Amino acid sequence: MSETSQPSPALEVHDLTVAYHKKPVLWGVDFEIPAGKLVGIIGPNGAGKSTLIKAAMGLLPLSSGWVEAFGRPLKEVRDRVGYVPQREEIDWDFPVNVMDVVLMGRYGKLGWLKRPGKADREIARACLEKVRMLPFADRQIANLSGGQQQRVFLARALAQESDLYFMDEPFAGVDAATEDAIIALLRELCSQGKTLFVVHHDLASVPDYFDWLVLLNLRLVASGPTSEVFTPEMLAKTYGGQLTVMTEVAEVLRRNEALAREESH
Amino acid sequence: MSEIIPPFHWHLFLTEPWSAWYLDTTLRVIAMAFCVSASCGLVGVYLILRRLALVGDAISHSVLPGIVLAALVAHTLTGPAIIIGAIVAGFVTTVLIESIDHHSRVKTDAAIGIVFSALFALGVVMVTMFAGDLHIDADCVLFGNLAEVATQPGMPPALIQAGSVLLATILLIGFFFKDLLVSAFDPTLARSLGIRARWIHYGLMAWLSVTVVSAFEAVGSIIVVAMLIIPGATALLLTDRLWKALVLTVIHAAASTVIGYHVGLWLDSNLPAAMVVAGLGLFVIAWLFSPSQGLLPRAIGRQRLRDRLEREKVEARETTEKAESR
Repeated sequence: MSETSQPSPALEVHDLTVAYHKKPVLWGVDFEIPAGKLVGIIGPNGAGKSTLIKAAMGLLPLSSGWVEAFGRPLKEVRDRVGYVPQREEIDWDFPVNVMDVVLMGRYGKLGWLKRPGKADREIARACLEKVRMLPFADRQIANLSGGQQQRVFLARALAQESDLYFMDEPFAGVDAATEDAIIALLRELCSQGKTLFVVHHDLASVPDYFDWLVLLNLRLVASGPTSEVFTPEMLAKTYGGQLTVMTEVAEVLRRNEALAREESH
Repeated sequence: MSEIIPPFHWHLFLTEPWSAWYLDTTLRVIAMAFCVSASCGLVGVYLILRRLALVGDAISHSVLPGIVLAALVAHTLTGPAIIIGAIVAGFVTTVLIESIDHHSRVKTDAAIGIVFSALFALGVVMVTMFAGDLHIDADCVLFGNLAEVATQPGMPPALIQAGSVLLATILLIGFFFKDLLVSAFDPTLARSLGIRARWIHYGLMAWLSVTVVSAFEAVGSIIVVAMLIIPGATALLLTDRLWKALVLTVIHAAASTVIGYHVGLWLDSNLPAAMVVAGLGLFVIAWLFSPSQGLLPRAIGRQRLRDRLEREKVEARETTEKAESR
Protein backbone atom coordinates (compact mmCIF):
# COMPACT_ATOMS: atom_id res chain seq x y z
CA MET A 1 0.00 0.00 0.00
CA SER A 2 1.48 3.36 -0.99
CA GLU A 3 1.52 6.49 1.21
CA THR A 4 -0.63 8.45 -1.21
CA SER A 5 -3.54 6.03 -1.38
CA GLN A 6 -3.72 5.89 2.42
CA PRO A 7 -3.16 9.40 3.84
CA SER A 8 -1.77 9.41 7.37
CA PRO A 9 -4.38 10.10 10.04
CA ALA A 10 -4.57 13.60 11.54
CA LEU A 11 -3.83 12.09 14.93
CA GLU A 12 -2.66 8.68 15.93
CA VAL A 13 -2.39 7.77 19.60
CA HIS A 14 -0.79 4.46 20.35
CA ASP A 15 -0.87 2.67 23.73
CA LEU A 16 -0.76 5.98 25.59
CA THR A 17 -0.31 5.74 29.37
CA VAL A 18 0.12 8.78 31.60
CA ALA A 19 0.66 8.64 35.35
CA TYR A 20 0.72 11.28 38.08
CA HIS A 21 2.61 10.19 41.18
CA LYS A 22 2.62 6.59 39.93
CA LYS A 23 -1.18 6.61 39.68
CA PRO A 24 -2.25 6.14 36.07
CA VAL A 25 -4.69 8.79 34.83
CA LEU A 26 -4.76 7.43 31.29
CA TRP A 27 -4.24 3.80 30.52
CA GLY A 28 -3.34 2.21 27.20
CA VAL A 29 -5.28 4.66 25.05
CA ASP A 30 -5.15 3.74 21.40
CA PHE A 31 -6.96 5.40 18.49
CA GLU A 32 -6.67 7.00 15.07
CA ILE A 33 -8.60 10.00 13.80
CA PRO A 34 -8.90 10.73 10.07
CA ALA A 35 -8.31 14.33 8.99
CA GLY A 36 -11.20 16.78 8.70
CA LYS A 37 -13.24 15.50 11.64
CA LEU A 38 -14.93 17.42 14.43
CA VAL A 39 -14.08 15.14 17.33
CA GLY A 40 -15.74 15.24 20.74
CA ILE A 41 -13.86 13.90 23.74
CA ILE A 42 -16.51 12.66 26.13
CA GLY A 43 -16.28 11.16 29.59
CA PRO A 44 -17.11 11.72 33.27
CA ASN A 45 -15.17 14.11 35.52
CA GLY A 46 -11.67 12.84 36.16
CA ALA A 47 -11.78 10.59 33.10
CA GLY A 48 -8.56 12.14 31.84
CA LYS A 49 -9.97 14.30 29.05
CA SER A 50 -7.71 17.31 29.65
CA THR A 51 -4.81 14.96 30.30
CA LEU A 52 -5.42 13.29 26.94
CA ILE A 53 -5.26 16.66 25.19
CA LYS A 54 -2.07 17.68 26.96
CA ALA A 55 -0.44 14.32 26.41
CA ALA A 56 -1.43 14.36 22.75
CA MET A 57 0.19 17.80 22.44
CA GLY A 58 3.39 16.32 23.84
CA LEU A 59 3.27 18.37 27.06
CA LEU A 60 3.28 15.54 29.58
CA PRO A 61 5.83 12.84 30.25
CA LEU A 62 4.40 9.57 28.92
CA SER A 63 4.73 6.34 30.87
CA SER A 64 4.32 4.48 27.62
CA GLY A 65 3.11 4.90 24.06
CA TRP A 66 3.51 7.56 21.41
CA VAL A 67 1.53 10.20 19.55
CA GLU A 68 1.85 11.19 15.91
CA ALA A 69 0.13 13.94 13.97
CA PHE A 70 0.00 13.69 10.18
CA GLY A 71 2.32 10.71 10.40
CA ARG A 72 5.06 12.57 12.22
CA PRO A 73 6.06 13.08 15.88
CA LEU A 74 4.31 16.05 17.48
CA LYS A 75 7.59 17.91 17.97
CA GLU A 76 8.06 18.16 14.21
CA VAL A 77 4.60 19.51 13.45
CA ARG A 78 4.21 22.02 16.28
CA ASP A 79 3.32 24.85 13.93
CA ARG A 80 0.35 22.81 12.68
CA VAL A 81 -1.15 22.39 16.16
CA GLY A 82 -3.41 24.96 17.83
CA TYR A 83 -4.77 25.14 21.34
CA VAL A 84 -7.65 26.65 23.31
CA PRO A 85 -7.17 26.43 27.08
CA GLN A 86 -9.76 25.75 29.73
CA ARG A 87 -11.16 28.97 31.16
CA GLU A 88 -10.07 28.20 34.72
CA GLU A 89 -6.45 27.92 33.64
CA ILE A 90 -6.28 31.59 32.68
CA ASP A 91 -5.45 34.45 35.05
CA TRP A 92 -7.97 36.97 33.77
CA ASP A 93 -6.33 39.86 35.68
CA PHE A 94 -3.19 39.45 33.58
CA PRO A 95 -2.08 42.77 32.02
CA VAL A 96 -2.97 41.94 28.42
CA ASN A 97 -5.74 43.17 26.17
CA VAL A 98 -7.73 41.22 23.59
CA MET A 99 -5.32 42.06 20.77
CA ASP A 100 -2.30 40.91 22.83
CA VAL A 101 -3.94 37.54 23.44
CA VAL A 102 -4.80 36.97 19.78
CA LEU A 103 -1.29 37.98 18.72
CA MET A 104 0.08 35.21 20.93
CA GLY A 105 -1.39 32.87 18.34
CA ARG A 106 1.18 34.25 15.90
CA TYR A 107 4.19 33.62 18.16
CA GLY A 108 4.71 30.13 16.76
CA LYS A 109 5.12 31.58 13.26
CA LEU A 110 7.54 34.28 14.40
CA GLY A 111 11.23 33.80 14.83
CA TRP A 112 13.13 34.55 18.01
CA LEU A 113 13.48 38.30 18.65
CA LYS A 114 10.80 39.03 16.04
CA ARG A 115 7.86 41.12 17.10
CA PRO A 116 4.42 40.59 15.61
CA GLY A 117 4.41 42.75 12.49
CA LYS A 118 1.78 44.46 10.41
CA ALA A 119 0.81 41.25 8.64
CA ASP A 120 0.34 39.47 11.98
CA ARG A 121 -1.86 42.31 13.22
CA GLU A 122 -3.93 42.08 10.06
CA ILE A 123 -4.42 38.36 10.60
CA ALA A 124 -5.28 38.93 14.25
CA ARG A 125 -7.84 41.58 13.28
CA ALA A 126 -9.38 39.25 10.70
CA CYS A 127 -9.64 36.48 13.30
CA LEU A 128 -11.26 38.85 15.80
CA GLU A 129 -13.67 39.96 13.10
CA LYS A 130 -14.59 36.31 12.50
CA VAL A 131 -15.65 35.85 16.11
CA ARG A 132 -17.18 39.36 16.10
CA MET A 133 -14.80 40.62 18.80
CA LEU A 134 -12.94 43.26 16.79
CA PRO A 135 -14.67 46.19 18.56
CA PHE A 136 -13.21 44.84 21.82
CA ALA A 137 -9.60 44.63 20.60
CA ASP A 138 -8.35 47.16 23.17
CA ARG A 139 -10.26 45.75 26.14
CA GLN A 140 -8.46 44.18 29.07
CA ILE A 141 -9.57 40.53 29.15
CA ALA A 142 -11.10 40.72 32.63
CA ASN A 143 -13.62 43.26 31.30
CA LEU A 144 -15.33 40.73 29.04
CA SER A 145 -18.21 38.31 29.56
CA GLY A 146 -17.51 34.58 29.70
CA GLY A 147 -18.69 34.09 26.13
CA GLN A 148 -16.56 36.97 24.90
CA GLN A 149 -13.51 35.59 26.69
CA GLN A 150 -14.05 32.22 25.05
CA ARG A 151 -14.36 33.85 21.62
CA VAL A 152 -11.08 35.72 22.14
CA PHE A 153 -9.30 32.43 22.71
CA LEU A 154 -11.00 30.99 19.67
CA ALA A 155 -9.70 33.94 17.66
CA ARG A 156 -6.23 33.22 19.02
CA ALA A 157 -6.54 29.62 17.83
CA LEU A 158 -7.64 30.85 14.40
CA ALA A 159 -4.59 33.12 14.30
CA GLN A 160 -2.43 30.04 14.81
CA GLU A 161 -3.56 28.87 11.35
CA SER A 162 -3.17 25.25 12.37
CA ASP A 163 -4.44 22.00 10.89
CA LEU A 164 -5.05 20.24 14.17
CA TYR A 165 -6.75 21.94 17.12
CA PHE A 166 -7.14 20.93 20.73
CA MET A 167 -9.87 22.75 22.65
CA ASP A 168 -10.52 22.24 26.34
CA GLU A 169 -14.22 22.87 26.94
CA PRO A 170 -14.72 25.83 24.63
CA PHE A 171 -18.44 25.80 25.46
CA ALA A 172 -18.03 26.10 29.23
CA GLY A 173 -19.70 29.17 30.68
CA VAL A 174 -20.91 30.66 27.40
CA ASP A 175 -24.44 31.78 26.51
CA ALA A 176 -26.54 29.98 23.93
CA ALA A 177 -25.93 32.53 21.17
CA THR A 178 -22.15 32.26 21.64
CA GLU A 179 -22.37 28.47 21.67
CA ASP A 180 -24.15 28.57 18.29
CA ALA A 181 -21.55 30.97 16.91
CA ILE A 182 -18.69 28.80 18.16
CA ILE A 183 -20.07 25.56 16.73
CA ALA A 184 -20.70 27.26 13.38
CA LEU A 185 -17.07 28.36 13.34
CA LEU A 186 -15.79 24.91 14.30
CA ARG A 187 -17.84 23.36 11.48
CA GLU A 188 -16.40 25.87 9.05
CA LEU A 189 -12.86 24.95 10.12
CA CYS A 190 -13.70 21.28 9.65
CA SER A 191 -15.03 21.90 6.18
CA GLN A 192 -11.61 23.39 5.39
CA GLY A 193 -10.09 20.00 6.21
CA LYS A 194 -8.91 20.90 9.70
CA THR A 195 -9.25 18.42 12.54
CA LEU A 196 -10.65 19.58 15.87
CA PHE A 197 -10.48 17.85 19.24
CA VAL A 198 -13.03 19.29 21.61
CA VAL A 199 -13.46 18.29 25.24
CA HIS A 200 -17.20 18.49 25.80
CA HIS A 201 -19.53 18.09 28.75
CA ASP A 202 -23.08 18.48 27.55
CA LEU A 203 -24.22 15.07 26.33
CA ALA A 204 -27.45 16.46 24.90
CA SER A 205 -25.63 18.35 22.14
CA VAL A 206 -23.11 15.60 21.35
CA PRO A 207 -24.90 13.90 18.41
CA ASP A 208 -25.66 17.28 16.91
CA TYR A 209 -22.14 18.75 17.21
CA PHE A 210 -19.63 16.01 16.54
CA ASP A 211 -19.07 13.59 13.71
CA TRP A 212 -16.50 11.53 15.61
CA LEU A 213 -16.31 10.66 19.31
CA VAL A 214 -13.62 9.53 21.69
CA LEU A 215 -15.28 8.01 24.76
CA LEU A 216 -12.92 8.04 27.67
CA ASN A 217 -12.85 6.83 31.24
CA LEU A 218 -9.18 6.37 32.18
CA ARG A 219 -9.17 3.79 29.39
CA LEU A 220 -10.50 4.29 25.93
CA VAL A 221 -14.08 3.05 25.82
CA ALA A 222 -14.67 3.68 22.14
CA SER A 223 -13.50 5.82 19.25
CA GLY A 224 -15.44 6.11 16.04
CA PRO A 225 -18.13 7.92 14.07
CA THR A 226 -20.81 9.36 16.35
CA SER A 227 -23.55 7.28 14.70
CA GLU A 228 -21.69 4.11 15.68
CA VAL A 229 -20.44 4.83 19.18
CA PHE A 230 -23.07 7.14 20.68
CA THR A 231 -25.13 4.22 21.93
CA PRO A 232 -26.64 3.45 25.36
CA GLU A 233 -24.26 0.50 25.85
CA MET A 234 -21.13 2.53 25.12
CA LEU A 235 -22.28 5.47 27.24
CA ALA A 236 -23.17 3.15 30.10
CA LYS A 237 -19.64 1.79 29.89
CA THR A 238 -18.17 5.30 29.78
CA TYR A 239 -20.16 6.75 32.65
CA GLY A 240 -20.27 3.58 34.70
CA GLY A 241 -24.01 3.85 35.14
CA GLN A 242 -24.15 7.27 36.82
CA LEU A 243 -27.90 7.60 37.18
CA THR A 244 -28.39 11.28 36.31
CA VAL A 245 -26.17 10.97 33.27
CA MET A 246 -27.91 7.82 32.10
CA THR A 247 -31.37 9.39 32.24
CA GLU A 248 -30.01 12.33 30.27
CA VAL A 249 -28.54 9.97 27.68
CA ALA A 250 -31.77 7.98 27.42
CA GLU A 251 -33.64 11.23 26.82
CA VAL A 252 -31.22 12.31 24.07
CA LEU A 253 -31.34 8.94 22.34
CA ARG A 254 -35.13 8.81 22.48
CA ARG A 255 -35.32 12.25 20.91
CA ASN A 256 -32.86 11.24 18.20
CA GLU A 257 -34.79 8.12 17.37
CA ALA A 258 -38.03 10.08 17.23
CA LEU A 259 -36.39 12.54 14.83
CA ALA A 260 -35.05 9.70 12.69
CA ARG A 261 -38.50 8.10 12.56
CA GLU A 262 -40.08 11.37 11.47
CA GLU A 263 -37.52 11.77 8.73
CA SER A 264 -38.02 8.23 7.41
CA HIS A 265 -41.78 8.73 7.25
CA MET B 1 6.28 66.22 68.81
CA SER B 2 9.24 68.24 67.62
CA GLU B 3 11.53 65.80 69.40
CA ILE B 4 10.14 62.80 67.50
CA ILE B 5 9.95 64.28 64.02
CA PRO B 6 12.87 66.56 63.23
CA PRO B 7 11.97 69.96 61.79
CA PHE B 8 11.90 70.05 58.01
CA HIS B 9 14.23 72.65 56.55
CA TRP B 10 13.39 73.17 52.91
CA HIS B 11 16.86 74.40 52.18
CA LEU B 12 18.72 71.74 54.12
CA PHE B 13 16.92 68.64 52.86
CA LEU B 14 15.71 69.60 49.38
CA THR B 15 18.00 72.23 47.87
CA GLU B 16 21.29 71.60 49.57
CA PRO B 17 21.76 67.98 48.35
CA TRP B 18 21.61 69.29 44.77
CA SER B 19 24.09 72.12 45.34
CA ALA B 20 27.52 71.85 43.76
CA TRP B 21 29.05 70.84 47.05
CA TYR B 22 26.90 67.71 47.55
CA LEU B 23 25.86 67.01 43.98
CA ASP B 24 28.38 64.24 43.44
CA THR B 25 27.29 62.35 46.56
CA THR B 26 23.60 62.82 45.78
CA LEU B 27 23.96 61.64 42.20
CA ARG B 28 25.98 58.59 43.16
CA VAL B 29 23.61 57.48 45.90
CA ILE B 30 20.52 58.10 43.81
CA ALA B 31 22.00 56.43 40.73
CA MET B 32 22.99 53.37 42.73
CA ALA B 33 19.64 53.05 44.47
CA PHE B 34 17.76 53.65 41.22
CA CYS B 35 19.69 50.99 39.28
CA VAL B 36 19.13 48.47 42.05
CA SER B 37 15.47 49.32 42.53
CA ALA B 38 14.66 49.44 38.82
CA SER B 39 16.31 46.13 37.95
CA CYS B 40 14.73 44.43 40.96
CA GLY B 41 11.38 45.97 40.10
CA LEU B 42 11.52 44.81 36.47
CA VAL B 43 12.33 41.23 37.46
CA GLY B 44 9.67 41.55 40.16
CA VAL B 45 6.93 42.26 37.60
CA TYR B 46 7.48 38.78 36.17
CA LEU B 47 7.65 37.24 39.64
CA ILE B 48 4.28 38.79 40.48
CA LEU B 49 2.72 37.65 37.22
CA ARG B 50 3.98 34.10 37.73
CA ARG B 51 2.89 34.14 41.42
CA LEU B 52 6.49 33.70 42.47
CA ALA B 53 6.74 36.71 44.77
CA LEU B 54 7.51 34.38 47.67
CA VAL B 55 10.30 32.73 45.70
CA GLY B 56 11.77 36.19 45.17
CA ASP B 57 11.74 36.61 48.93
CA ALA B 58 13.44 33.22 49.27
CA ILE B 59 16.21 33.81 46.77
CA SER B 60 16.99 37.28 48.07
CA HIS B 61 17.93 35.61 51.35
CA SER B 62 19.41 32.34 50.20
CA VAL B 63 22.01 33.90 47.90
CA LEU B 64 23.93 34.88 51.03
CA PRO B 65 26.00 31.69 51.40
CA GLY B 66 26.81 31.90 47.68
CA ILE B 67 28.01 35.46 48.10
CA VAL B 68 30.12 34.61 51.13
CA LEU B 69 31.76 31.65 49.40
CA ALA B 70 32.49 33.67 46.29
CA ALA B 71 33.80 36.57 48.37
CA LEU B 72 36.15 34.23 50.24
CA VAL B 73 37.53 32.95 46.95
CA ALA B 74 37.69 36.22 45.01
CA HIS B 75 38.32 38.69 47.88
CA THR B 76 35.89 41.21 46.47
CA LEU B 77 32.19 41.88 46.59
CA THR B 78 31.69 42.84 42.96
CA GLY B 79 32.53 41.21 39.66
CA PRO B 80 32.02 37.86 37.99
CA ALA B 81 32.83 35.65 41.00
CA ILE B 82 29.98 37.11 43.02
CA ILE B 83 27.60 36.89 40.07
CA ILE B 84 28.46 33.22 39.59
CA GLY B 85 28.18 32.55 43.32
CA ALA B 86 24.74 34.14 43.32
CA ILE B 87 23.53 32.20 40.29
CA VAL B 88 24.68 28.93 41.85
CA ALA B 89 23.02 29.76 45.16
CA GLY B 90 19.83 30.81 43.37
CA PHE B 91 19.84 27.60 41.35
CA VAL B 92 20.41 25.48 44.47
CA THR B 93 17.51 27.28 46.16
CA THR B 94 15.14 26.67 43.24
CA VAL B 95 16.10 23.02 42.92
CA LEU B 96 15.91 22.40 46.69
CA ILE B 97 12.46 24.00 46.92
CA GLU B 98 11.20 21.92 44.02
CA SER B 99 12.74 18.67 45.29
CA ILE B 100 11.23 19.07 48.75
CA ASP B 101 7.92 20.02 47.14
CA HIS B 102 7.90 17.04 44.75
CA HIS B 103 9.48 14.32 46.83
CA SER B 104 7.84 14.82 50.20
CA ARG B 105 4.43 15.72 51.56
CA VAL B 106 5.78 19.15 52.51
CA LYS B 107 3.87 21.75 50.49
CA THR B 108 5.45 24.52 48.40
CA ASP B 109 5.05 27.36 50.91
CA ALA B 110 6.59 25.27 53.70
CA ALA B 111 9.38 24.13 51.38
CA ILE B 112 10.19 27.76 50.56
CA GLY B 113 10.16 28.59 54.28
CA ILE B 114 12.58 25.78 55.06
CA VAL B 115 15.02 26.43 52.24
CA PHE B 116 15.41 30.19 52.34
CA SER B 117 15.60 30.62 56.09
CA ALA B 118 18.05 27.74 56.48
CA LEU B 119 20.31 28.93 53.66
CA PHE B 120 20.20 32.47 55.00
CA ALA B 121 21.12 31.16 58.45
CA LEU B 122 23.97 29.20 56.91
CA GLY B 123 25.11 32.43 55.25
CA VAL B 124 24.97 34.33 58.54
CA VAL B 125 27.02 31.60 60.24
CA MET B 126 29.59 31.86 57.45
CA VAL B 127 29.66 35.66 57.61
CA THR B 128 30.34 35.66 61.33
CA MET B 129 32.91 32.81 61.02
CA PHE B 130 34.92 34.52 58.34
CA ALA B 131 34.19 38.08 59.38
CA GLY B 132 37.89 38.88 59.49
CA ASP B 133 38.46 37.89 55.85
CA LEU B 134 35.35 39.55 54.52
CA HIS B 135 34.24 43.01 53.71
CA ILE B 136 30.71 42.31 54.91
CA ASP B 137 29.22 41.97 58.37
CA ALA B 138 25.80 41.04 59.70
CA ASP B 139 24.71 44.67 59.70
CA CYS B 140 25.59 45.05 56.04
CA VAL B 141 23.72 41.83 55.22
CA LEU B 142 20.53 43.15 56.77
CA PHE B 143 20.63 46.81 55.83
CA GLY B 144 23.27 47.21 53.17
CA ASN B 145 25.61 50.15 52.88
CA LEU B 146 24.30 52.51 50.25
CA ALA B 147 26.50 55.41 51.36
CA GLU B 148 29.59 53.46 50.36
CA VAL B 149 29.29 54.48 46.71
CA ALA B 150 29.60 58.09 47.83
CA THR B 151 32.91 57.64 49.60
CA GLN B 152 34.83 55.69 46.97
CA PRO B 153 37.05 57.72 44.67
CA GLY B 154 36.35 57.49 40.94
CA MET B 155 33.57 55.35 39.57
CA PRO B 156 32.55 52.86 42.27
CA PRO B 157 32.60 49.24 40.99
CA ALA B 158 29.29 48.54 42.73
CA LEU B 159 27.64 51.31 40.72
CA ILE B 160 29.15 50.04 37.47
CA GLN B 161 27.86 46.56 38.27
CA ALA B 162 24.37 47.76 39.23
CA GLY B 163 24.20 49.87 36.08
CA SER B 164 25.27 46.96 33.89
CA VAL B 165 22.73 44.70 35.56
CA LEU B 166 19.95 47.23 34.89
CA LEU B 167 20.99 47.56 31.26
CA ALA B 168 21.22 43.78 30.85
CA THR B 169 17.82 43.34 32.51
CA ILE B 170 16.22 45.73 30.04
CA LEU B 171 17.93 43.98 27.11
CA LEU B 172 16.91 40.52 28.31
CA ILE B 173 13.29 41.59 28.72
CA GLY B 174 13.44 43.04 25.21
CA PHE B 175 14.89 39.84 23.75
CA PHE B 176 12.56 37.47 25.55
CA PHE B 177 9.45 39.66 25.75
CA LYS B 178 7.24 37.21 23.82
CA ASP B 179 8.54 34.12 25.58
CA LEU B 180 8.21 35.68 29.04
CA LEU B 181 4.72 36.95 28.26
CA VAL B 182 3.23 33.77 26.85
CA SER B 183 4.89 31.43 29.34
CA ALA B 184 3.53 33.48 32.24
CA PHE B 185 0.06 33.95 30.74
CA ASP B 186 -0.61 30.54 29.20
CA PRO B 187 2.17 28.02 29.94
CA THR B 188 0.38 25.28 28.00
CA LEU B 189 0.26 27.35 24.82
CA ALA B 190 3.88 28.36 25.38
CA ARG B 191 4.97 24.75 25.57
CA SER B 192 2.84 23.74 22.59
CA LEU B 193 4.68 26.46 20.64
CA GLY B 194 7.98 24.84 21.57
CA ILE B 195 9.01 27.46 24.14
CA ARG B 196 10.94 25.72 26.86
CA ALA B 197 8.99 26.82 29.91
CA ARG B 198 11.43 25.22 32.33
CA TRP B 199 14.37 27.08 30.81
CA ILE B 200 12.44 30.31 31.06
CA HIS B 201 11.73 29.50 34.71
CA TYR B 202 15.33 28.69 35.57
CA GLY B 203 16.57 31.63 33.52
CA LEU B 204 14.28 33.97 35.45
CA MET B 205 15.48 32.50 38.74
CA ALA B 206 19.12 32.88 37.67
CA TRP B 207 18.56 36.48 36.67
CA LEU B 208 16.66 37.12 39.88
CA SER B 209 19.77 35.92 41.74
CA VAL B 210 21.95 38.30 39.74
CA THR B 211 19.76 41.35 40.37
CA VAL B 212 19.42 40.46 44.02
CA VAL B 213 23.15 40.06 44.53
CA SER B 214 23.98 43.33 42.85
CA ALA B 215 21.44 44.96 45.15
CA PHE B 216 22.54 43.12 48.25
CA GLU B 217 25.53 45.17 49.21
CA ALA B 218 23.73 48.45 48.69
CA VAL B 219 20.39 47.84 50.35
CA GLY B 220 20.61 44.58 52.30
CA SER B 221 18.64 41.37 52.10
CA ILE B 222 15.38 42.61 53.60
CA ILE B 223 14.92 45.84 51.70
CA VAL B 224 15.62 44.04 48.44
CA VAL B 225 12.41 42.01 48.84
CA ALA B 226 10.41 45.23 48.94
CA MET B 227 12.24 46.52 45.88
CA LEU B 228 11.35 43.33 44.02
CA ILE B 229 7.65 43.51 44.68
CA ILE B 230 6.44 47.06 45.44
CA PRO B 231 7.32 48.80 42.12
CA GLY B 232 5.69 46.08 40.01
CA ALA B 233 2.67 45.77 42.28
CA THR B 234 2.12 49.54 42.05
CA ALA B 235 2.55 49.55 38.26
CA LEU B 236 0.10 46.67 37.80
CA LEU B 237 -2.53 48.65 39.72
CA LEU B 238 -2.23 51.45 37.19
CA THR B 239 -2.30 49.74 33.81
CA ASP B 240 -3.66 46.78 31.86
CA ARG B 241 -0.74 46.39 29.46
CA LEU B 242 2.47 44.61 30.29
CA TRP B 243 4.87 47.01 28.58
CA LYS B 244 3.22 49.97 30.27
CA ALA B 245 3.55 48.19 33.60
CA LEU B 246 7.28 47.73 32.95
CA VAL B 247 7.71 51.45 32.16
CA LEU B 248 5.69 52.44 35.23
CA THR B 249 7.83 50.10 37.34
CA VAL B 250 10.94 52.03 36.34
CA ILE B 251 9.18 55.35 37.01
CA HIS B 252 8.11 54.08 40.43
CA ALA B 253 11.69 53.03 41.17
CA ALA B 254 12.98 56.48 40.19
CA ALA B 255 10.32 58.38 42.12
CA SER B 256 10.64 56.32 45.30
CA THR B 257 14.42 56.62 45.14
CA VAL B 258 14.40 60.42 44.90
CA ILE B 259 11.59 60.95 47.40
CA GLY B 260 13.09 58.39 49.78
CA TYR B 261 16.49 60.03 49.54
CA HIS B 262 15.16 63.37 50.75
CA VAL B 263 12.94 61.81 53.39
CA GLY B 264 15.90 59.77 54.61
CA LEU B 265 18.07 62.88 54.91
CA TRP B 266 15.31 64.71 56.72
CA LEU B 267 14.58 61.93 59.22
CA ASP B 268 18.26 60.93 59.36
CA SER B 269 17.29 57.30 58.68
CA ASN B 270 18.68 54.38 56.74
CA LEU B 271 18.34 55.55 53.12
CA PRO B 272 17.17 52.31 51.40
CA ALA B 273 14.51 51.87 54.09
CA ALA B 274 13.32 55.44 53.55
CA MET B 275 13.14 54.72 49.80
CA VAL B 276 11.00 51.64 50.39
CA VAL B 277 8.70 53.63 52.69
CA ALA B 278 8.39 56.23 49.92
CA GLY B 279 7.67 53.42 47.45
CA LEU B 280 5.00 52.08 49.75
CA GLY B 281 3.48 55.56 49.90
CA LEU B 282 3.25 55.58 46.10
CA PHE B 283 1.69 52.11 46.21
CA VAL B 284 -0.98 53.27 48.65
CA ILE B 285 -1.74 56.29 46.46
CA ALA B 286 -2.13 54.00 43.43
CA TRP B 287 -4.26 51.58 45.43
CA LEU B 288 -6.61 54.36 46.51
CA PHE B 289 -6.70 56.50 43.36
CA SER B 290 -5.86 54.28 40.35
CA PRO B 291 -8.38 55.35 37.69
CA SER B 292 -9.25 51.76 36.74
CA GLN B 293 -8.81 49.82 39.97
CA GLY B 294 -8.46 52.37 42.79
CA LEU B 295 -10.67 51.98 45.83
CA LEU B 296 -11.94 55.56 45.60
CA PRO B 297 -12.79 55.74 41.86
CA ARG B 298 -14.54 52.39 42.18
CA ALA B 299 -16.56 53.53 45.17
CA ILE B 300 -17.50 56.72 43.31
CA GLY B 301 -18.48 54.65 40.26
CA ARG B 302 -20.73 52.45 42.36
CA GLN B 303 -22.32 55.47 44.04
CA ARG B 304 -22.99 57.10 40.66
CA LEU B 305 -24.60 53.91 39.41
CA ARG B 306 -26.79 53.75 42.51
CA ASP B 307 -27.77 57.42 42.08
CA ARG B 308 -28.63 56.87 38.43
CA LEU B 309 -30.76 53.81 39.15
CA GLU B 310 -32.51 55.72 41.95
CA ARG B 311 -33.15 58.66 39.62
CA GLU B 312 -34.49 56.40 36.91
CA LYS B 313 -36.77 54.66 39.38
CA VAL B 314 -38.16 58.03 40.53
CA GLU B 315 -38.64 59.17 36.93
CA ALA B 316 -40.38 55.93 36.01
CA ARG B 317 -42.70 56.28 39.01
CA GLU B 318 -43.50 59.88 38.07
CA THR B 319 -44.37 58.97 34.49
CA THR B 320 -46.63 56.12 35.59
CA GLU B 321 -48.29 58.41 38.15
CA LYS B 322 -48.83 61.03 35.48
CA ALA B 323 -50.25 58.44 33.12
CA GLU B 324 -52.59 57.15 35.84
CA SER B 325 -53.79 60.61 36.86
CA ARG B 326 -54.84 61.26 33.32
